[in-house]
Amino acid sequence: MKRKWIILAMLFIIPAMLFSVSCAKKAVMTEPSTTDASAADEAARQAELEKQKAMEREKQMEEERLAEERAEQLKAESMERDMMMAKNRFLSENVYFDFDNATLDYQAQELLKQKAMWLRDFPEANVVIEGHCDERGTNAYNLALGERRAESAKAFLVNLGISDARLTTISYGEEKPLDMGQSEESWAKNRRAAFVLE
Amino acid sequence: MIRRRLMFVLPVLFVLLLPWPTAAAQYNYIDISNPFLRKTPIAVPMFKAAAQDPTAMEAAKAASALLEYYLDFTGYFSISDPGAFLEDPQIMDISGAGIRYRNWTAIGAELLVTGGVVIRDGDAEFELRLFDTVKEKMLVGKRYRGSPDDHRQVARRFCSEVVFAITGSRGFFDSKIAFVSNGSGHKEIYLCEFDGSNITRFTHHNSISLFPDWSSDGRWIAYTTYADKWPRIRMQHVRENRTAIIDKPGLQVAPAWVPGKFELAASLSFSGDQEIYLLTGNGKMIKRLTSSMGIDVEPTWSPDGRRMAFVSKRSGNPQLYIYDTISNRVQRLTFEGRYNTQPSWSPKGDRIAYSAMINGVIDIFTINSDGGEPVQLTENQGSNEAPTWSPDGSLIAFSSTREGKSRLYVMTAYGTDQRRLLTLPGEQSSPKWSPNMLNP
Repeated sequence: MKRKWIILAMLFIIPAMLFSVSCAKKAVMTEPSTTDASAADEAARQAELEKQKAMEREKQMEEERLAEERAEQLKAESMERDMMMAKNRFLSENVYFDFDNATLDYQAQELLKQKAMWLRDFPEANVVIEGHCDERGTNAYNLALGERRAESAKAFLVNLGISDARLTTISYGEEKPLDMGQSEESWAKNRRAAFVLE
Repeated sequence: MIRRRLMFVLPVLFVLLLPWPTAAAQYNYIDISNPFLRKTPIAVPMFKAAAQDPTAMEAAKAASALLEYYLDFTGYFSISDPGAFLEDPQIMDISGAGIRYRNWTAIGAELLVTGGVVIRDGDAEFELRLFDTVKEKMLVGKRYRGSPDDHRQVARRFCSEVVFAITGSRGFFDSKIAFVSNGSGHKEIYLCEFDGSNITRFTHHNSISLFPDWSSDGRWIAYTTYADKWPRIRMQHVRENRTAIIDKPGLQVAPAWVPGKFELAASLSFSGDQEIYLLTGNGKMIKRLTSSMGIDVEPTWSPDGRRMAFVSKRSGNPQLYIYDTISNRVQRLTFEGRYNTQPSWSPKGDRIAYSAMINGVIDIFTINSDGGEPVQLTENQGSNEAPTWSPDGSLIAFSSTREGKSRLYVMTAYGTDQRRLLTLPGEQSSPKWSPNMLNP
């Protein structure tokens, strides 16, 4: 029985001793290393943190830069779009005339004012103004009338300060109708001054 | 002789028209002096040839058929029906001595053409005569030598003789017509014979080419073309590879050669305003002819080259004016309507054909060059434009949309006998009749 207790005690004591020894030993062994290692670790961690922060900053800056760039690009794109739209408007919106007439009515004058603005914004653009007629009437007279139409549009623009040298006229008379129909609606569309970039 | 007889017929016609007031009202624009109102019946039996000579037979058949066709084309004649002939063309006498005139007056023919073709050593001899069957006498006798294939020229020459005997004018049998067609996909200038046959293409610009006009020797055609982007006039030789241009910017439109000269008038806009100028055939400036702000266009010359009719918008809408090159005076010619353009001065000098737009429809009129009442030649048949006179002033070619597409037609100077001149793909416009060309 007694031996049992001793064995039991041994079972408890020896590991306890072992534990205390190893514990003591560990304390001795690790003391200096803990002080050294923790400092280095700290430094490394700090460095790491710094690096991460820097990276994050950089990333943020990059993102900001990208965003800015994107915004700029969008802005540029929208400006370009606006410019394209303005250009398309300039090229697609025709000045219309009454039958056997080359005088500019109020609507025609307002449209030509817009065209003058565009021409001021793009001083390098040279323009051919085409004069057209509807199919009624006779060819030679319509060629002459088409030229009068193109010339009156040009004269209006020159009066608004657009250089004479940037504007050329050509008459096509009734040779190039936009609308092949034979109604007043079609004819009205064909009696026009159209603008083409040189 | 025949001329005198035609004159004699006129009072009779006048009486005939009176009993039909409705018809008279309907056609009150027809000139009572119109020689086309009563066509002279003419018999053209097939020309004689030796039955055993197929070449001669062929030439005889072709020449008489063509002569018949050309005579009909002039508008002066009605061709007698061969089915009614009382004579056998192949055995009848053609020389005159043995002609039984009563056999021709009996079927209504007042004129008779006889002909014979003989071929010797490959050369053909055409012997043609014109007889007045009422007066029982020969009016014209002609002998032509050539190849059997020359039957076309023979028919034309003799037809010219017949027309001369009847009207005192040589006709138009050595003339051509220039016109614009877009059948290739582009408006190009084409040429054809006076009857619409033998169509050839004159320009190959793949652009827009317009308003051909013949020089009075028939050697040059001036026209407006966009071949170099801008609407510019070109003077192009009809047979040789020669061209000239007018070195001025702006619009250059509707050239008109001066009769008998190597000069032309054209509307140019280089000054900033459209004016008509006189230029040499090489395109060098001679002088300005008009001076008024706005549109001045479409010159056409009197046959003596002294006066020039043109279109101007100086009164607010297009009207015809006449400029006198000697007095330098301009007079307005048309006062009716608000759109009178495309003047064409008759080679006879007395009348000017033009087109007028009324209620959106364009029709052809003529007016005395001294003014007066316009006479309407086309009506209720689409739009009719661009009249041009045959060199003898007897016919007018024009374009019309009466069959839908714009095509070329011809009518007499009085508006009668309107018929299509030719059929081509695409649309045709701007016909311009040449002078008679003795060396075509």
